[in-house]
Amino acid sequence: MLTAEEIHEIKEEFHLYPYKQAACIEALKVVQKHRRWVSDENVKDLAGLLEMSAEEIDSVATFYNLIYRKPVGKYVILLCDSVSCYIMGYETVLQHLERTLGIKYGETTKDDRFTMLPVPCLGTCDHAPAMMVGKDLYRDLTPEKIDEILNSYK
Amino acid sequence: MERPLTKNIRPDGKPVFIKEYESLGGYQSVKKALKMQPKEVTELVKKSNLKGRGGAGFNTGLKWSFVPMEGEFEHKYLVANGDEMEPGTFKDRLLIEGDPHQLIEGMIVTAFAIQADEGYIFIRGEYAYAADVVAKALAEAYEAGYLGSNIMKTGYKFNLHLHTSVGRYICGEETALLNSLEGKRANPRAKPPFPQVSGLFGQPTIVNNIETLCNIPHIINNGVEWYNGLSLTPGDGGTKLFGASGKVKKPGLWELPFGVTLRELLEDYAGGMQDGLKFKGCLPGGASTDFLVAEHLDIKMDYASVAAAGSRLGTGTMIVLDDKTCPVGMVLNLEHFFAQESCGFCTPCREGLPWTEKILRKIEEGKGEMKDLDILQFHTKFMGPGNTFCALAPGAMAPLQSALKYFREDFELHIKEHKCSWK
Repeated sequence: MLTAEEIHEIKEEFHLYPYKQAACIEALKVVQKHRRWVSDENVKDLAGLLEMSAEEIDSVATFYNLIYRKPVGKYVILLCDSVSCYIMGYETVLQHLERTLGIKYGETTKDDRFTMLPVPCLGTCDHAPAMMVGKDLYRDLTPEKIDEILNSYK
Repeated sequence: MERPLTKNIRPDGKPVFIKEYESLGGYQSVKKALKMQPKEVTELVKKSNLKGRGGAGFNTGLKWSFVPMEGEFEHKYLVANGDEMEPGTFKDRLLIEGDPHQLIEGMIVTAFAIQADEGYIFIRGEYAYAADVVAKALAEAYEAGYLGSNIMKTGYKFNLHLHTSVGRYICGEETALLNSLEGKRANPRAKPPFPQVSGLFGQPTIVNNIETLCNIPHIINNGVEWYNGLSLTPGDGGTKLFGASGKVKKPGLWELPFGVTLRELLEDYAGGMQDGLKFKGCLPGGASTDFLVAEHLDIKMDYASVAAAGSRLGTGTMIVLDDKTCPVGMVLNLEHFFAQESCGFCTPCREGLPWTEKILRKIEEGKGEMKDLDILQFHTKFMGPGNTFCALAPGAMAPLQSALKYFREDFELHIKEHKCSWK
């Protein structure tokens, strides 16, 4: 069941579009904001609200890599694996994150704190390698810097 | 040297908000443009030789002129494309985060020229800070009467909204972006009809890149002659944000006239290669442009000169390859990106790009055969311009075909030695 708050926030988005199906992505974002990810049940509930089929909504949800259809931890780490970060050695950063957190891409730490995913170019290539933790961007990464960053997320 | 686009941007990149922006001469072009006829604004921009800064390089005023100016429409839309996801590109972020009102001002004037009443600023989901900055700037612009139903009491109406996206490179393709704004999967649309005639929700629509829109206030304020005078290349108006990433001494972003040479960019601005490294090549304008190599260092950085050298100016932000980084590994990284980001709609792209990636991985891991190079070569034709639904796969083939041309011996070395000698 979607909460009253979620339904209210989704309905607010309807005003921005000529018909409510166009708010599909916004609706998925609202659900994810409240629940970290979007479950099968949420997809079905959204289908009712937006008067679309669940399959149609899922076809949108699974297209976009920043909509999570599996549970994620409290903070999602998005590590840039594109070309400038490749040249500047993101693979060392990845190995350090894997060792420190004990997880690989797509996995979540046991304490439910971090999920790690690769992401295409973060658009800060003059400060590669780069990653995001939640909404925060970190650049010129080194193993020492990463330890400090991870410790600041409780 | 004048730097209109970045003149307000602080060294620390902290945003310039409305009071400061107005004190620096902001929003003057709106006052000026609203006293003109919409068609005069379009004509001025056409003559300015401003070309689309998202990579295609099409005359902006000409693009606007395809929007029907007669007849009744439910709405006309203007969309700012801030989906900056071309690997190696980091220019629009600076403009959005550092000077958000310059973008809004450019959009108001553009909307007036095409008589749009609704607009969206489409920003990629990862640019969370940029989105916060834009949200605040939009609220300020409404409050000051630059946006809304009676702009500066002239009766002109333009509502502008922020849309934050949720990933996928293909959203940068303008028709895919429109599908995404409509809440759908971001598959590109067939053209014609072009968005100028039937775009967002079936209404006339212009999609322009962020950097393109940021040029508009300066053209209106200072005129066509001044604008063309900024450039060293006749036919390419204005300045360009150029950038460099990779193992150069000073990676960064600089606003410079069209027509600076690649060598000046690399040596004078990026400070040359890091100690102990040599320049092997570069992708001059993002991941989907062909490699240029040492023999091209003296070419001028403008649309025609880079095209004559066999590449594209693209986004103007180059990715530099040094002699200690494996060129096969670099191309593999690029093709992995393109294979992953294919929207999956048309067969050559959906099937061909993962195939290309697999062969490159095989070669990089020392398991390649000479005939694999022929298959790669075949793919560069098979997925070249005209054979796929949109420009994603041809873009993906650009670095591959040029790598096969300039770095063929490096591919062959992997195959002969059964390993990557750069590791």
